[in-house]
Order: sequence, then structure tokens, then C-alpha cells
Amino acid sequence: MAKVLLEMKSITKTFPGVKALDNVNLQVEEGEIHALVGENGAGKSTLMNVLSGIYPYGTYEGDIVYDGEVCEFHKIKDSEKKGIVIIHQELALIPYMTIGENMFLGNEQGSKWCIDWNKTYAEADKYLAMVGLTDSSKTLIKDIGTGKQQLVEIAKALAKNARLLILDEPTSSLNETDSRALLDLMKKLQKEQGMTMIIISHKLNEVSYVADKITVVRDGSTIETMDAKTEEISEARIIKGMVGREITDRFPKRHDVPIGDVMMQVKHWTVFHPEFAERKVVDDVSINVRSGEVVGIYGLMGAGRTELAMSIFGRSYGIGISGTLELKGKNVVLRSPKQAIEAGIAYVTEDRKGNGLVLSNSIKTNTTLANLKAISNATFIDKDKEYLVAEEYREKLKTKTPSVEQLVGNLSGGNQQKVLLAKWMFANPDVLILDEPTRGIDVGAKYEIYCIINDLAKAGKSVIMISSELPEVIGMSDRIYIMNQARIVGEMKASDATQENIMACIVKSGSEA
Amino acid sequence: MSGSSVKNFLRKYMMLIAMVVVVIVFYLITGGKSLLPQNINNVISQNAYVFVLGTGMLLCILTGGNIDLSVGSVVCLAGGVGAILMEKHVPWPVAVIAMLVMGLLVGIWHGFWIAFVKVPPFIATLVGMLAFRGLANVIMQGYAYQVEDKAFLNIFGGGDSCYIPDFLAKVGPASSLNKTCMVFAILVALGYAVFTFINRSRLIKKGYKVDSMVAVIIKTVLIVAVVIWLGYKLANYKGIPTVLIWIALILGVFAYITSKTTLGRNLYAVGGNEKATRLSGINTKWVMFSAYTLMGVLAGFAGILNIARLMGSQPTYGLGYEMDAIAACFIGGASAYGGTGTIGGVIIGAALCGIINQGMVIANTPPNYQTVVKGLVLLVAVLFDVIMQMRRKGAQKTKEGAEKGGAKA
Amino acid sequence: MNNFSIKDVLKKNVMAIALLVIYVFFTIMTGGNMFTSSNVASLIDQNAYVFILGTGMLMCMLTGGNIDLSVGSFVCFMGAIVGIFSVENKIIHSAASVPAVLLIAIAVGLAYGALLGFLIAYMRIPPWIATLAGYLAFRGLGTQILITASETSAISNFPDGFLKIFSGKIFESGYDTMNIPCIVLGVLGAGAVIVLNLMGRAKKIKKGYSADPLWFVILKSVLIAAIIMVIAVQLSWDGGLPVVVLWIIAILVIYGIITEKTTIGRHFTTVGGNAETARLSGINNKLVMFCAYLNMALLTVLASLIVTARFGSANAFAGQNFELDAIAACIVGGVSAYGGSGTVVGMVIGAALIGVINQGMSLMSIDQDTIKIVKGLVLLAAVVFEIVSKKGNKKQ
Repeated sequence: MAKVLLEMKSITKTFPGVKALDNVNLQVEEGEIHALVGENGAGKSTLMNVLSGIYPYGTYEGDIVYDGEVCEFHKIKDSEKKGIVIIHQELALIPYMTIGENMFLGNEQGSKWCIDWNKTYAEADKYLAMVGLTDSSKTLIKDIGTGKQQLVEIAKALAKNARLLILDEPTSSLNETDSRALLDLMKKLQKEQGMTMIIISHKLNEVSYVADKITVVRDGSTIETMDAKTEEISEARIIKGMVGREITDRFPKRHDVPIGDVMMQVKHWTVFHPEFAERKVVDDVSINVRSGEVVGIYGLMGAGRTELAMSIFGRSYGIGISGTLELKGKNVVLRSPKQAIEAGIAYVTEDRKGNGLVLSNSIKTNTTLANLKAISNATFIDKDKEYLVAEEYREKLKTKTPSVEQLVGNLSGGNQQKVLLAKWMFANPDVLILDEPTRGIDVGAKYEIYCIINDLAKAGKSVIMISSELPEVIGMSDRIYIMNQARIVGEMKASDATQENIMACIVKSGSEA
Repeated sequence: MSGSSVKNFLRKYMMLIAMVVVVIVFYLITGGKSLLPQNINNVISQNAYVFVLGTGMLLCILTGGNIDLSVGSVVCLAGGVGAILMEKHVPWPVAVIAMLVMGLLVGIWHGFWIAFVKVPPFIATLVGMLAFRGLANVIMQGYAYQVEDKAFLNIFGGGDSCYIPDFLAKVGPASSLNKTCMVFAILVALGYAVFTFINRSRLIKKGYKVDSMVAVIIKTVLIVAVVIWLGYKLANYKGIPTVLIWIALILGVFAYITSKTTLGRNLYAVGGNEKATRLSGINTKWVMFSAYTLMGVLAGFAGILNIARLMGSQPTYGLGYEMDAIAACFIGGASAYGGTGTIGGVIIGAALCGIINQGMVIANTPPNYQTVVKGLVLLVAVLFDVIMQMRRKGAQKTKEGAEKGGAKA
Repeated sequence: MNNFSIKDVLKKNVMAIALLVIYVFFTIMTGGNMFTSSNVASLIDQNAYVFILGTGMLMCMLTGGNIDLSVGSFVCFMGAIVGIFSVENKIIHSAASVPAVLLIAIAVGLAYGALLGFLIAYMRIPPWIATLAGYLAFRGLGTQILITASETSAISNFPDGFLKIFSGKIFESGYDTMNIPCIVLGVLGAGAVIVLNLMGRAKKIKKGYSADPLWFVILKSVLIAAIIMVIAVQLSWDGGLPVVVLWIIAILVIYGIITEKTTIGRHFTTVGGNAETARLSGINNKLVMFCAYLNMALLTVLASLIVTARFGSANAFAGQNFELDAIAACIVGGVSAYGGSGTVVGMVIGAALIGVINQGMSLMSIDQDTIKIVKGLVLLAAVVFEIVSKKGNKKQ
């Protein structure tokens, strides 16, 4: 039995209004690669932020026992001193600095008052060699690709004498080859240096490839830990742990409405990444949706779902978009979100705070933002009408707020999501694309959102629901597309769909690639 | 391959080349007058404050394109305090310390509001611009003050004899040339050359990578030539102006701070990506605070140089200095979004501004066109930077595309 | 209505109340001097440009805390341009007619605004750098034009037709008689405020919308009407209603309506509130930015005409620090330094507050420098107040 390096005991962390972590326990043995898996918002990143001191000691409950002693980390430097180094999902690199400068940021070589650049670069080259990067340490970060940047992050961590390395979604922005190289590097570090690592990932094939142990986190709690030594860990097994709950009752009954004609049809849709022009983020996708139908698109993070939706929505994402888009049987070309809205498409973003709502504005103004025409007369806004509209939607969606003059920033996640839905419902679209409509909101609010979706379908709208929650997709949709690695890899009726056969689609497509 | 390296070279030394071109243009326009020893001397002493303030402004700009609009007022305030003290016959070292402390206090004031209360820098320093100008005038009660302390003037570059005395005048053959200046220039040049080569061989011994011999020789020869030429010109006038020593000292110290210390690193890092910096365990608030505190001290120092050169203090001194400092930084290649820029750039930017000003004065350009040209030069410098960045992005895309295509095939 | 509360009303109007308190304070401190006809008139006259430039600056700041540093210099430059076309001088030897001059001025303003908008919105040059260049260039150009045009480096003797449009009084009368047209206009204005308020409420009730209680609407209308009447009476003893008041009212009403009541205004605040949300809601962010600076240049032209007419001359010092006054008016008036929120009314109160402090302290014979310090501190206090109150909101 190997020595336990890290033990997190009954960690509880609350944010105003939300319990992000509830009595979480985690045990990591020295020299193992331990994976944390779970849905978005399950609390994985929060847990790691507690561990690395970003949420300082005192803001959470519970104990962190590291290397046999109870630790109190007040800031990042405290945990780094002990050899706990976290590599964040968004790379923490400065584009206009060299690799070497970045690697030793906050850990400068030489004394505080005299940085020894020669030593810095020599040391940098040493660690770069360790991670198998051949570029000079004097290259600027902005001149190397994301794959190499990720390696620099690891080299940076090694330079800090890391004993426990935490990688938060390290492959989320990498392509297959780079991802595989990174995972192999992890294995190499484990073997050659006995490095202990925690990896957070959505890509289950990678997790099962690299991890010795897998802990499943769900709704702020650790559900179970699987050990590769004692049992065969397949992707299906992990998914069972991740989503393994009953699908009954959580979804409102669908209204029995006939499904109409094809409302929107997308054919051979291909989109390239706006910054890395060679990368296809959507590859020859063809989908359609009928009126009164709820179509689910299931896929893991980074499968290209959001990219697909946003590129359809007036080319608001991506470059080199090709393919055809038909609305009600007519070919249309939508060049801007404005044209898309006018054509009857609405895109309800997954990132409601970042690009869905204006947090500093009231519920009222947010509700009418996408359809100001309907409440104005030759650009003059009818404020009373606007108020009534906002009130109407507040009642319809049961948004909990003292008044529609309330600032959206002051609402809970679920209520914000309702305002966002109200905004796009008021735009009166024929097709609503809902991107992760229930992310990060509590169970009660989720149920209400599902009811709204059903009502929309009943009213003859076409709904495309993008989600990475399998039960949700199966429970809510009439038809399901399965997306993986930028392509649609399967389509099935909801009545035929089970968690097992949907996962089988993904596993199959993954092994083909 | 060589085509791209030429391009790289041009990009890197664009402003240096621009400066050489400007020098030549003015030389031709003014019929050689612009390079007369006295005029060269004047470019240095008239623009001393731009070098000093530009250095401080660079620190602020590095943290994310933030600026300090108050420096002109602070120069006036610190200068006013010093001038009043000296008129009251307070010993000049005390006055100097008082001026620096004044600057320091202003810097702390700004740093507090900007770093800890998160008042947008341009507003906090706009307030400073109004309030410190007002405060200066309240202290000076609207009067002008004379500074007559000879020692102070000589040391900080004012009056007729603010030059390093010619210790070596009696050595060797009689000549109108200031021998100390000449010897000093030669020593500096030699020192630089020797240091460069010793350092290079040391690096080679340790097995580090070094630049090619030819490049090093060319670079060294050029620098040595410029230093000796400058020394010769100054020696033909009155010798080394004391203010040049101060400029060199300030620039040297801050070149060291920005490139060799953790503080310097942190300034660049905050401007490059604040979140990433915070996640690297750096206290970004303190970094912001130090930038504005140092700016304050440097503004205080510029106040010293200012009252020395103008031999007194008036309530209107320092008007518009912030613009000169900002322009020097941007012309010298600092990014308006923070994260890039060097002291070397500030030197070139300030010198370029100074040379253009001086050249236009000698060429009898109406002074108003000088501000117009300054504005346009600033705009062109920033446009150049922006367009270059756009291009680079485009080029990177195609390059990576090509690499990938090759890999697939 | 049930959700009406006096506390909210007071909270919303804290700056207006502060303005009133400060005005009363200075009136007392100056022994009533602040409240004389001529001082009321000069308060308006002196600060006319702040209201107009503040409006333009507000539009820029709404889009994300962007500013225009070039307005002061551009005022000077436009003064020179207007000068050389409307008065005989060494550059242009025959004066153009007033309408032609105005057309030229608008054209130059459009050209500069379009250039600035292009650089900022489409070339993505940071606003303060682009406008800093303008700040330097136009001051130089303006001064040079004036020096070339006239020996005194100032152009005066503007034609009467020009002066009358932008300065002077309407139906001017002597200083010891009450100017009747001014009173009449005042009564009309006050009446309009009362009628509009009451009608608005009646309409709301008819349609079944929620409305403020009747007593409150009456009180509010009467209060505003009273202020209008007091100002009108004061002005009537000082020769009549200044022409600039009409300009100011026109601009403020137009932009008040644009920002409050139209989709255009909504676009501006949304871009400043969250640019990405704006884009995905079908707003053309670049066009909004472009318009903000185009508009700023046009309003600067108007401010320049007013300032030039007020002094009856174009000189090299015109417009100095105007940009600071406009920015300060916005900030003190509660316009967010990060963009996304701010109103014309707020800006007006901010401008008036600074104007009152300025005049009050001058009348108390406090020197200009102390005034500068106080102005700076007021500005700082306003920003800190905004930041702190926002933090408080978030905690709730």
C-alpha cells in the first residue's frame, strides 16, 4: 500500500446562495494519477481551488492533510511551497513573454533584486527537455501553439519542484495528437519521477487511458472512487458513476403535440477555429429540426456543440464556414446575429453571464434587448409596454424577483437563466437553440426550465437543446443527435435512446479516429 | 529565409531607423546646424524631463496601458516646494529630499486609489492633475520663485556651469576640446566593448547560447561609434552636462529594475495577463501600487531637474509634460494595452521627440506645427503597432495552416 | 402604487439634492450674492459648453468608459476655422455668408468625427490615444491658423448674424426692467412640465399601467415648475433669456430622449454593459462606437460655435481643459467610468454641481487654485462613491 500523500476531509464550501462543495472527501496516494470526473458545475474546479489556496483557509470547512500534516493555505504561494502546483484550464501564460520568463514568473531565478537571466534560460531549457519540448526557451509564448503552451505550463510546474501536480482540463483546447502526447508525458513523469497527479477532464477516453484511480464528483459531493487495479474501468463504467441516477420524475411530462414540418435544416456544415485556421471545430454536420420538436444534441465539452450553434446563429463564431442552411424550406444566408434574429433563430448561450445578459441592467431591459422593435415605434421605446412585457414573462416563467426593475446581477443562477430565456422567447423565434440551458442551476429551477421547454414545443417552436447531461437529453428530447470530435456520430429517437447506446456511439467514434 | 530575417530586423529596429532618418533629414534641412555641438547639448538638457517622466510612465503603461495624467502638475508641485525651501535658505540637499518625498507622497496617494480602491487610473490621475496643480499654486501663492543656489544648479543641470568640470584641461597639448568629456566617452565606449566580449566568452564557457560573432561586433562598433561621436560633440561645447549623468543614472537603474528584478517582471506580467499573474501567486495590487509610487518619485525628480534648468519655479511649469512622457513611451514601442515596452524604447522615443522638436525649432517651423507633428507622430507610431499586430496574427495563421497541411500530407 | 416609496425617490435623487443643498449653502455664504440675476445668468452662460460637451462625452462613456481628450483642442481649431471663413483675414480675404460658414463647420466636424470613429471602432486604436493625438494636433493647428490669419493671433468682429444665433439674449431689454418675453417663455416652459407630467400619468392610468401617486406627481411638477420660474424671473431682470439656453435645452431634450426612450440609446448602454451580449443580441458594436465619436465631434462643433460667439472672438486659448470639464460632469453625474450606465439628467446635475461650486467659491473670493483642488476632490469622491455603492449592491 503506497503512502497517502493528500487527504481532503469533509470539505464544504459555500458561495452566497449555493453550496458548491458538500462534505467532499478525497484521498490521493503518492505516485498515482488520480482523475476527477463529473459534469460541469459539479465542483471539481472548486475543490482544486480550495486545495491550492485560491480560496484561502477559513473560507471553507474541513481539513486538508498533505504529506502527513494538516495544512492551512492562505494563498497560492503557501501551497506551492509544499509542492502543490495547479495548472489551470485557461492557460496562465503571458503572451508577450518568452517561455523562460513565463516559466519562472513568481519563481524568479537569482535574487529578488537581480534576476539571473542566463540561469533562468539554462534552467528553462533543462525543464523543457524534460517535457520533450525542443523550442528555445527564448521563444515568445504567442509564437507557439496551444499544445506546446500546455507543455510549458507543465515545465513551469516542474520548475517549482512540484510533488503534486493538478491539471484542470489540460486537453480541452488541444487536438488529438497533442492530447495524446500530453497524456503520455503524464505517464512518463509518473514513471520516471514518481510524480503524483490529479487530472480533471471531461474526455473519458483520456481518463481511462491515464488514470490509476477515478473519483466521481456530482452536485458538490464525491460519489465514488474507482480503482483501476481492482476493476476494469471502461468509459461506460465511468459514465454510470457520473450520471447514475434515476431518470424518472425529474422531467415533466411532454404535452402530446403532433410534430410538424421541417423548420430548419443544416447540411454539410463545416466551421474552422477563428484563431487556428487549420482546425475544424465543426465537420460536415447535417441536422434538422421540425416544428414542435425538441431535438437534443448530446456531446461532451469541446465536441463542437457550441461552435455549431453559434456558427448557425449568424456566423457569430468561427471562420471559413461552409454548408447550407434552410429555414422553412428556403435557403438562407445569415451573416450577422441581427440577420439570424430577423430570420427567426434564437441562440440561448451557455455562458449567461459572459455573453447572455447585461448584469448591470434590469430584468426589464434584458428581457426586451433582442427584440426592441416590438416595444418601440420608430426607435421610440414604449416604456410602459416594455414594463408589461417584462412582467408578463416574469409571471410566465415564474422568475423570483421583487420587481422587474431589479438588476440581473443580483439574481440567482436559475432566475438569471429564466431572464435569458425570456429575452429570447420575446424575440419570438421559430427555432430556439438552447445551449446547456440548465447548467449550474439547482434542481427545482431545472424542472421549471424543462416545463418552459415543453411549453415552447407545444406552441409549435422548434427547440434544439444542447447538453452534456445524458439523462436530461434522454428525458427531454424527441430525437437525439450525438456529437463527438466535431462530427455528428449518431442519431436516434428518444424512445430508443439509453445511456448505454448513446455512450456506445461516442466510444465507437472515438476508437475510429 | 533571409527575406524574413530582414523584415524581423526592420521590425525590431524600426524606430531606431526612423530616428536616424529624422536626424539626417533635419541635418539637411537646417544646413548642418542641427548637429552643432551646442544644439546637441540642448536636445539633451531640454528633454531631460521627458526621459525621466517617460521612464515612470512606462512603468504605468506596462501594467496594462494605464497612464498618469498628473505628472505635469506633480513636477510643478515638487518644484514649487523645492524652490520655496531654497529661497528660505534651506540647504539644497534638504530641499532635494523634500521634493522627492513630495513625489513619493503623491505616488502613494495615486497608488492607493488605483490599486486598492480600484478607481480607474485615468480618473484618479485626472483628479491629481487638477488637485496638485491647484495645490502647487496655493503653496506658491501665484508667485514665481528664483533658485540661486549655485551648487544645486550645477549639480542638477541649470545655469551656465552645469557641466562636469574639465579636470584634465591642463594635461597634454592645449586645446579647446573638453578633455575630461572626451576621455570619459572613450572610457565608456571601451568599457562597453570589453564588457560585451568578456561576457560573451564567459557565456560560451558555461555553454549558454550566444549571438553570432559578426552581429556582436557590428553592434558593438556602432554603439562605440555613437558614444564617441556624442562625446566629441559635447567636448566641443562645454563638456558633459551634469543632467546627462542623472538621465543615464535613472535610465540605468530602471532598465535594471524592469529587466532584472522580480518587480520588473511583475509589471510586465500584470499588463500581459492580470489573471494569469494572480494565479502565479503574485500580489497584483502591490504591483500596481509600486508602479504609481515609483512614477510619483520620478515626477518629483523631474521637478528637481525642471527648477534647476529654469533656475526657478513658476505656477505654470510642467504644463503638458504628461503628453510628452506618454508620447515618448508609445513612439518607443510600448503597447497601449500593456505588457510590452522597454526603457530602450523610451530612450529612443524621447530622443526622437526631442530631435524633432529641436530640428523644427532650428528650421524655424512655427511652434504650433510642432505640436501637430507630435500628435501625428504619436498616431503613426500606434497605428504602426496595431497594424503590425494584425499582420502578425494573419501570418501566424497561414504559417500554422501550412505546418498542419504538411503534417497531414 | 404599492411599490412607491419616498426612500427610493430620495436615493435616486441624491445628487440633485446635493446640488440644491450646495447651492443654498453658497447663497448663504455669499450673503445672497449667488442668487442675483447677473450671477444666475452668468452661471448658465459660463457653463453652456459643459452641458453640450458633457452630452457628447456621455455617449462615448456609455459605450464602455471611453473618453475623448481632443474636444478642447477641437473647440479651438473649429473656432479658428469658423473665424477665417466668417471674418476677412489674411488667409481668406472675403467672408462667407453665415449659413455657408455653418455648413463648413458641420462638414469639418463630420470629417474629423468619421476619422476618429474609424480609427477607434474599426482600427481598434485605444480611444484615449487616438484622441490624445487629436488633442496635440488640433491645438497646434488651431493656433497656427489664428496666428497666420491675424496679427493679434485672434479673430474677432464676427458678423452680427453669426453672433445672434449662438449668443446674446432673446428680445433683449434693459437691465432694470423686467423682460416680458423671458417671463412668458418661462411660464410656457413651467406649464408644459406640469401638463406633460399630469398627462403622462393620466395616460398610464387609462392604460392600466402602474403610476406614481397623484400628490407626488403634482409635487414633483410644481417643484420643477417653480425652479424654472425662479430662473426665468432672474434672467428677465438680466436682459432676457440667453440664446444658449435654447441650444442647451434643445440638445439636452434630444439626447435625453435618445438615451432614455429610443432603441439607439439602448444600444449604447448595452455595448458598454456587455459588448459580447450586445453582439449576440444583434447589435453592431462597431457602428455604435463609430457613431459615439462622430456624434462627439458634431457636438464639439456646436460647443465651439457657442464659445466663439460668447467671447465674440476665436483665440488660441479657447477650449483649454474643456475635455476635463466634460469628463468631470459625467463622472460626478454618476456616469459609470466603466460604461453601460449614465443619464443625461445625471450629467446635467454633475455639470451644474461643478458650475455652482466654481461660481460659489469664486464669489466667496476663494482663489482659483483652491477651487481646482476642491473640484478634483469632488471628482474623486464621486468615483469612489460609485465604486463603493456598487460593491454594496453586490453584497446584497
